[in-house]
Amino acid sequence: MKFIKYLLVGIVFGIVLTKAEAVSWYRIYEMFQFQSFHMFGIMMTAMFVGVLGVQIYKRKNIKNIEGTPISIQDKEKGFLSYAIGGILFGLGWGMIGTCPGPIFILIGAGFYGIGIVLIGALIGTFLYGILKEKLPY
Amino acid sequence: MYSFYGTWPWYISGFLLGAVMLTLVYFGKTFGMSSNLRTLCTISGAGKFSDFFRFDWKSQRWNLVVVLGAMIGGFIAVNYLSDGSGVQLNPQTITQLQEMKIDAPVNGNLIPEKFTSAESIFTPKIFVFMLLGGLLVGFGARYAGGCTSGHAISGLSNLQLPSLIAVIGFFIGGLVAAHFLLPLIF
Repeated sequence: MKFIKYLLVGIVFGIVLTKAEAVSWYRIYEMFQFQSFHMFGIMMTAMFVGVLGVQIYKRKNIKNIEGTPISIQDKEKGFLSYAIGGILFGLGWGMIGTCPGPIFILIGAGFYGIGIVLIGALIGTFLYGILKEKLPY
Repeated sequence: MYSFYGTWPWYISGFLLGAVMLTLVYFGKTFGMSSNLRTLCTISGAGKFSDFFRFDWKSQRWNLVVVLGAMIGGFIAVNYLSDGSGVQLNPQTITQLQEMKIDAPVNGNLIPEKFTSAESIFTPKIFVFMLLGGLLVGFGARYAGGCTSGHAISGLSNLQLPSLIAVIGFFIGGLVAAHFLLPLIF
């Protein structure tokens, strides 16, 4: 039963990203051509709501569902891993137009061909695990 | 202009996405989809090859449930909440697609036939293209420590500098892919 709430959050996430067309290859392509405000608007609104919400959580010392005060772990400091990893991710995103969330959402929506992208993403994750120690951070 | 069964406006979509992230934080979790790829590798036995995959994947079950929900959400949205009026692109975008011989959206389809139809995706070129695109997404997300949900939404909402660096990277990569790689490949 404790997993039901995660299932519901996931369902909302899947519906929103699909109806926002953020799962659409077309929308990602259009975004990178700067030919529509749509995707930028989505990200800016999400960030605005996110920043506001996180600030409220922190300032009002709001407790999470388990009763402990909400704290969000800071990302580790660094530059190269974020920059190089980010660019590689972006190259893939610009090609196939799907980031990890949409890969799953699209398969659920019946676009089984995206399974090829999922296999690629799993291979990529696996390669990272193998090469981790040899990469600059 | 907007309809519930058509494209949802950016301000509603963005608001709900922010709310999804904040809800997970309230549940004591963090919003990040690419972590699930690592979990799936671990479940498939990748721990035999690297320490990176030796962790208690059961602690990530909640996130797999989110993914399962997201798949169901995608199914509901496409089958019950769409009237085929979606994906209205900029006409200039459509012209550019035609130049690359990529089919424009008809009847609200979210993805070009080129990347969905069985005749197309099993040609060597498209198959390798999709596999390689996925590989870059998977590798890049782990190397950068997160993807669009983990960095662009969660990280930036928490004003994290590393997330800003990663997101700038996402856009540099995406711009290079959309302006140089795609016209070169298609």
